[in-house]
Amino acid sequence: MSDLLTLAHVDVGFATDDGTVSAVSDVSLTVHEGEIFGLVGESGCGKTTLAMALMGLLPTSATVTGSVRFSDRDLLDLPAEQLRQLRGDRMSMIFQDPMTSLDPTFPIGEQVAETITAHRDVAKHAARERALALLADVGIPEAERRYDDPPHRLSGGMRQRVVIATALANEPSLVLADEPTTALDVTIQSQVLDLLRDLRKRLRTTIVLITHDLGVVAQICDRVGVMYAGQLVEVAPVAEIFRSPRHPYTQALLAALPSGQQAPGSLRVIGGRVPNLTNPPPGCRFSTRCPYVMEECVNVPPLAHETDDHLIACWLSDATKDAGRHDHASAGGAA
Amino acid sequence: MSQVAFSDEIAPKRPGSPILRVEGLVKHFATDRGLLGSDAVVHAVDGVDLEIHPGEVLAIVGESGSGKSTLARCVLRLTDVTAGRVVFDDRDVTGLKGRQLAWFRKQIQPVFQDPFSSIDPRWRIGRSVGESLDAFKTGTKGERHERVIELLDRVGLDPSFARRRPHELSGGQRQRIGIAAALAPEPRLIVADEPVSALDVSVQAQVLNLLAELQRDLGLAILFVAHDLAVVQHISHRTAVMYLGKIVETGPTDRVFRDPRHPYTQALLQAIPHPDPERPIAAAPLTGEIPSPISPPSGCRFRTRCPVAIDRCAVDEPEMTVFGTGHTAACHVARAELERSAN
Repeated sequence: MSDLLTLAHVDVGFATDDGTVSAVSDVSLTVHEGEIFGLVGESGCGKTTLAMALMGLLPTSATVTGSVRFSDRDLLDLPAEQLRQLRGDRMSMIFQDPMTSLDPTFPIGEQVAETITAHRDVAKHAARERALALLADVGIPEAERRYDDPPHRLSGGMRQRVVIATALANEPSLVLADEPTTALDVTIQSQVLDLLRDLRKRLRTTIVLITHDLGVVAQICDRVGVMYAGQLVEVAPVAEIFRSPRHPYTQALLAALPSGQQAPGSLRVIGGRVPNLTNPPPGCRFSTRCPYVMEECVNVPPLAHETDDHLIACWLSDATKDAGRHDHASAGGAA
Repeated sequence: MSQVAFSDEIAPKRPGSPILRVEGLVKHFATDRGLLGSDAVVHAVDGVDLEIHPGEVLAIVGESGSGKSTLARCVLRLTDVTAGRVVFDDRDVTGLKGRQLAWFRKQIQPVFQDPFSSIDPRWRIGRSVGESLDAFKTGTKGERHERVIELLDRVGLDPSFARRRPHELSGGQRQRIGIAAALAPEPRLIVADEPVSALDVSVQAQVLNLLAELQRDLGLAILFVAHDLAVVQHISHRTAVMYLGKIVETGPTDRVFRDPRHPYTQALLQAIPHPDPERPIAAAPLTGEIPSPISPPSGCRFRTRCPVAIDRCAVDEPEMTVFGTGHTAACHVARAELERSAN
């Protein structure tokens, strides 16, 4: 599989009155063409910030460094106008709340058609035909009759389908979906997950799915990256991460999931709390809560290949230690 | 199977009398459908019976529009009921007023999704936790302060929290404060409406552990309203499943999860995305969406989405059938199956 998106050493900082918040720190990762890549973590881990950075949608208070390669370009170097041209065309985004993307006063069909005419030189009636086909494709019943409905006439699940239709309007090669099913009821969520799986199969669209829900990850993703406090701590195929999580944070997160297996009151908890990112701990940011913390943890653990497809950033791992030695050697050589 | 009773009675009685009984509870809201439209009625809760015993955690699960939060508000007497009764400790509390209502409010306390929706952001935490003690003038000022410290300790917070202000707290700490405030008047029943759904997984685990511990140590009964089935399976003894204003199935939690009888419960369980990638992916079990509670379907309310509906479902409203000890479901098809297998 070829690489569609490659992030190298991406940092995102926000200037605030209390100092700079280091929201994303040195994230490197590769997304393959045609896969569904899950980006998981709890509130404040930087997963949404990272997606917004890729899309060039962060406010001016944000500073983004590093590189993001997408279709032979570095998105972070692209002039705003060119990036705007890419958005909605070669790449698009789906948000948690459909109403962030939909205009409340406009007929839903026109909103889909408009996305097409904004990027393609097509006649109005052709755009309408295509919009109708898209609406039918994402499972809007009686699309012809629904075309002129404003968003408020639709249920939450149907609105999210319209957003997905808009996101797919120009057959993008990359869709970033940020908690696309979090606001939906579980039976509606399963319908939307079906739809995303089906679209990926038919259109070969690459999807980066940002979510806090490990159940959703297990059901739909091929590979997953786990973030904690701005750092990417582990990347692995989905089956691997659930079967043998290697990073202590991933292990703790999975152990905290409730089920009928544990006795009430016996859920594993992670002691302490997420560090303040204006003044994060040096090195591994999980070190302040990690049961296995060691002296080395004050140095940032590099994300290293434990196996071909399982990467981990933890000094407990021999791979990380080897990569760390290599880093030191090359840093020494450069000096 | 032969001992299974074909009775329409609610589950066999558990020992002792329930702390809370809800009988035929109905809550309708009037809506104004615009200038010329006639007033319509939202059937939010439409004839619900349930019982909670002392020390029991009963979960009410359902999706948006099922009426589960309205039911919780009726039980808490935060809204008046249209019909039916709420009986607490063998006393009908449905119409209580004045001092008697104040007594009831000490017995039953709410915990909300966002505890700070009901707390003054300017007050120090200690004052908020002790608010009900002050209101009920329990003991001297010094004793009330002691009690606040004790309550903070009970929910795992250091006494120094009494001096802090709400904005200094994390989400998990806030929910602990919400729980401490609920415990202050020494209630016998807690009504918790989505108490962990705004929390991250690792924090959620802490709050669930705390609730389980309180239930065990203080013998509290908890009415736990939630949409997250994994949470419900973990914490509750019994589960009641609601759909469009009605309870469609109720029973011991392990039974309901292992052997669900109502097609809606089955669909709900199938739709949970399990954190286990080796589990085969099931296609979405239901098509369509929950109908409007303004004009619910005739007969069984689930029939418009039900994969096994028969003609009768549009005509007769199914009654509760007993499928095992304390396990009941309201479905014509499931009942017919049970009758067949018993013969």
